[in-house]
Amino acid sequence: MSTPVLEIHGVHKSFGTLDVLRGIDLTAQAGTVTVILGPSGSGKSTLLRSINHLEKVDRGRVRLDGELIGYRQAGGKLHELGERHILEQRARIGFVFQNFNLFPHLTALENVAEAPIAALKKPKTQVYDHARELLARVGLADKTDVYPRQLSGGQQQRVAIARALALEPRLILFDEPTSALDPELVGEVLDVLRDLAAAGTTMIVVTHEIGFAREAADTVIFMDEGRIVEQGPPAQVLDHPRHERTQSFLSKVL
Amino acid sequence: MSVLSPPRGTGETKTTDELVVPARHPWRWAGTALVLVLLAQLGHGLATNPGWEWGTFTGYFLEKSVIDALLVTLELTLAGAVLGFLGGIPLAAMRLSRNPVLAAVSWTYIWVFRSVPLIVQLLFWANLGYLYDTLQIGIPFGPGWSFSTTNLISSFGAALLGLALHEAAFAGEIIRAGLLSVDQGQHEAAAALGLPRRRQFLRIVLPQAMRAILPNAANLLVNLLKSTSIVYVLAIGELFYQVQVVYGRNGRVVPLLMVATVWYVILTALLSILQYYVERHFARGAVRTLPPTPFQRLKAAIRR
Ligand SMILES: Nc1ncnc2c1ncn2[C@@H]1O[C@H](COP(=O)(O)OP(=O)(O)OP(=O)(O)O)[C@@H](O)[C@H]1O
Ligand SMILES: [Mg+2]
Repeated sequence: MSTPVLEIHGVHKSFGTLDVLRGIDLTAQAGTVTVILGPSGSGKSTLLRSINHLEKVDRGRVRLDGELIGYRQAGGKLHELGERHILEQRARIGFVFQNFNLFPHLTALENVAEAPIAALKKPKTQVYDHARELLARVGLADKTDVYPRQLSGGQQQRVAIARALALEPRLILFDEPTSALDPELVGEVLDVLRDLAAAGTTMIVVTHEIGFAREAADTVIFMDEGRIVEQGPPAQVLDHPRHERTQSFLSKVL
Repeated sequence: MSVLSPPRGTGETKTTDELVVPARHPWRWAGTALVLVLLAQLGHGLATNPGWEWGTFTGYFLEKSVIDALLVTLELTLAGAVLGFLGGIPLAAMRLSRNPVLAAVSWTYIWVFRSVPLIVQLLFWANLGYLYDTLQIGIPFGPGWSFSTTNLISSFGAALLGLALHEAAFAGEIIRAGLLSVDQGQHEAAAALGLPRRRQFLRIVLPQAMRAILPNAANLLVNLLKSTSIVYVLAIGELFYQVQVVYGRNGRVVPLLMVATVWYVILTALLSILQYYVERHFARGAVRTLPPTPFQRLKAAIRR
């Protein structure tokens, strides 16, 4: 098997005395969709944030295409990378936030074009053309010159997804992308996620949308109290959970 | 404007099928009438009381020495504001930095310069020669150059230094408040996209911080404009000093104070107009639709 896009080994993270991640191992192959489920406070967001080094882990390693994230290994020691290097690594990982975090003073098009221009230093005209294509792909071809606050929640999240895609990342992390949306807007965002999955984008999605996990996920992971309790194909984890905690969680969500 | 046009709430509008009778607001009418009476009295007093000496006022309003002094006031205000805000940026950055030494230095500076009254500071700088005869710049324990303090700091220099140091402390806090007002999610999104550090600040954080910075900065600027009158203690020929010189000569105190007052009011009005448009520029995206400017509203009213 080829090198996985993402490899996580023994990741630990605590905030003060609170152990939030207690030994996480996770692998994602290219073109796969991994859905992470788990109760509130189980460390799902912290795990995603550790992957692109928004959060520094206390122990363990995160590798993207075999390359260590945030550190350089030399002489049997880990040396933390300088900020510039970390920013370069982050540009290879897309991140979609629960509350979108679009830049309110930039138009939809400018939001999408910002990172390729500033982080990847690509030529502007090419970036803008690509950004228009991406907005069309998420169904917002007519909203290019609109500011985020003039868009509905679902539209904002679709802009945020286009913004993450603009970096042509190896991997996209989604942290509850539909939790801040009204129920009738959830569908339009999930449709975009399904399209991405079908197109072979490598994604890790934290969500409570079990239906989406069932259709789109290759692997479903159930987390609780900073550990991965159970993982496997959706038919196994969702329909025949072995762990009692997974069972009780699913009985509440379903 | 709202005083002259009748208060809204009269007339009936016909919508689809039913007549809509707008609510009546008798107290608005009463309030408007009261304000109009008071304004008329004020105007009458200003026009008829000979104590205002409007003839003397107009004679001096555009007089050369007054205009020259006005330019000095403007010069002090502009230079003080530019230097103050240039100093405020590093002060804010230092106070927000994770380096405790830098944060403490900035905190101390702001504490000291906000505590010392401007007038005391000005007198102190003007009398620097009393404390130190010479000032040396050089490599510690190595060769150096020395200057005489009396030559180094003119009274204009002392005034500018005092104003700039004083402004910087306040500007630093205003900028810091602006930066703090930007949502943490914006910093995170910028970092997650891998934007270079400078770009994160200049393109993402600062433009959003400007929304909170501008009203306070404008306040500071207007305050500075009037604070320049304090430098009269250093015998610098700015507006307030100049009118004092004139009324010291001719004894016409009230009309000359009015000359200075009206100029301060005019300059503040100009600053307020500038503030309106700059704030509007930075409001892009922050509100769903920008309200029309007074000018656009006027045009629309004429067209109707
Ligand atoms: N910066 C921080 N400082 C201190 N504690 C934190 C910090 N970030 C997260 N935590 C704590 O870590 C735990 C896990 O947080 P995390 O956000 O990863 O949970 P989650 O699984 O994403 O939950 P949710 O489903 O509610 O989003 C929580 O108890 C939270 O309070
Ligand atoms: Mg979370």
